[in-house]
Amino acid sequence: MKRIREFFSIHYSPSTAVKIVLALLPFLISAGVYYKFASERHAINPDDKLLPLPGQMLDEIKRYAFQRENEELFKGSEEPVSKEDLGDILFLKDTLASLKRLVIGTSISAISALLVGLLMGMFPWFRSFGRPFVTFLSIVPPLSILPIIFIVFGVEEMAKIMLIIIGTSFLMSRDINLVIEAIPREQIVKALTLGANSFQIIWKIIIPQIMPRFLEMTRIYLSPAWLFLIAAEAIASQDGLAYRIFLARRYMNMAQIIPIVLWITFIGFIMNYLLKVFIRWRYPWYMAEGK
Amino acid sequence: MMSDHYQQGKHVLYAENVIKVYGAKIVLADIDLAVSRGEFVTMVGPSGCGKSTLLRLILGQEQQSSGTLIIDGEAIEHPDERRGVVYQKYSLFPHLTVFDNVRLGPQFTRNPWRRFVERKIVRDEAMKFIDKVGLTEHASKFPAQLSGGQQQRVAIAQALIMRPAVLLMDEPYGALDPFTREELQEFLLQLWEETKMTIFFVTHDLEEALYLGSRLIGISQFYFEGKDMKARARGARVVVDLDLGRGRKTPATKATREFGESVRFVRHECFTPGISMRVIDLPLRHPDSFITLDAEQRGEK
Repeated sequence: MKRIREFFSIHYSPSTAVKIVLALLPFLISAGVYYKFASERHAINPDDKLLPLPGQMLDEIKRYAFQRENEELFKGSEEPVSKEDLGDILFLKDTLASLKRLVIGTSISAISALLVGLLMGMFPWFRSFGRPFVTFLSIVPPLSILPIIFIVFGVEEMAKIMLIIIGTSFLMSRDINLVIEAIPREQIVKALTLGANSFQIIWKIIIPQIMPRFLEMTRIYLSPAWLFLIAAEAIASQDGLAYRIFLARRYMNMAQIIPIVLWITFIGFIMNYLLKVFIRWRYPWYMAEGK
Repeated sequence: MMSDHYQQGKHVLYAENVIKVYGAKIVLADIDLAVSRGEFVTMVGPSGCGKSTLLRLILGQEQQSSGTLIIDGEAIEHPDERRGVVYQKYSLFPHLTVFDNVRLGPQFTRNPWRRFVERKIVRDEAMKFIDKVGLTEHASKFPAQLSGGQQQRVAIAQALIMRPAVLLMDEPYGALDPFTREELQEFLLQLWEETKMTIFFVTHDLEEALYLGSRLIGISQFYFEGKDMKARARGARVVVDLDLGRGRKTPATKATREFGESVRFVRHECFTPGISMRVIDLPLRHPDSFITLDAEQRGEK
């Protein structure tokens, strides 16, 4: 009784094993609940599409990720079939298409935000000149100008990448500007007394110091970048993971949608993790400061 | 117009009629100050009296509203390598190791070619200064891995390697525990004797100021000017200026009766609101001290 009370109190410090069990619990519970409802529906209608069973999902994964697009059409054909006729492995094609848009969009966004944020943080004239406008742009809801983006940039790759850039770079510029302004004035005066010129201050003092925070910010902005990517792909695209999801929706093909969503989540998780490991490895001083 | 108190070869730091105003608020009313080369000046004053403002003016971080301010023969514009500075916090760059922090100055002041050709000279020079402050085995650590006292030692080495005309220190020991503080006081005195550099040390600790300095300056807003004998809000000026001598001191000095009397004297003159002196009677006893007053300020009109 006492141990139970201890467990639910704020003084409880769980061991590693308990932590792992507690962390797995919500996953197991939701998987279990899903499986229960899915099998109930399948008992009534074996062809139920709304809550597919793992077997159905595996079939879809096999078809989507391990077969070429037209493989089934040519099944049993006597004639030799060329690779072009067979088509691509759609899973690979979609993943690469989405990742390309995401990485290009986020990179351009992050680098331009770093430049604008630096200029605003370092030069008073640029702060007065740029900050009100950037603030204005950052408040415009990016999805509301999606039609304009499609009109201006067409419906090809450019529009999707632009949506990611417009959706993230203005907010990122403001954040970087804040990070730079948080660097104590003393640091700049100190560098000047050591004989530094403006360029050396930016290159040797400011940029290295904000780098880990900049990468961390990029990591956080990957989430909105995904949001804008999915929105763009859902509306106008011929490939990409979100395009595939919205295509499958037409056929109520939940057995394909659920694995793709899990895959997108996994990619997000891996990107997040890699950036974290990189920051820890590359910037030991940042970790030593306990941030 | 400058008076004839200024002596170029002798005075490394010189201020005359320096006034600093923020909006309607006068912070520094009229600072007159001449500091000779090799002096260890300690500056005290009630909190909020403008010590930090004066320091920022000397650094060139801010400009005086009027008056003359000269460092090493030239007027002050922006912060540059003629002054070194050690702050209570933020003196070190957190992303650089001790070694990189110390060699930063010599690197900044060389062009890329000389930086490459003379990299060994720079390295040896940096290690010499790290050695001087006793941190050789910590050279590859980051500031966050050092204690507060060690961080301040690195900051001193980082500033000294530039051989500035004046080393400015803004309450450098304010955040240290009493033991480390005493240790660093001895360390600084030793360094000062060795290098004969000019130090301008701001502190709110009277005992520290009297112990370390060869000259003590108190600035304060508690004084009377002209015929007006009513206390009213005004900017600070130098109200105490003492010659403490350049003789060797030991921690035992602090226990002497004489030392205690000096502490009481400065506290009375500089920190006590009720007791205000007329500007013509201020205890400005150091040979270098001077005061520029017009007839009205002297109370003759």
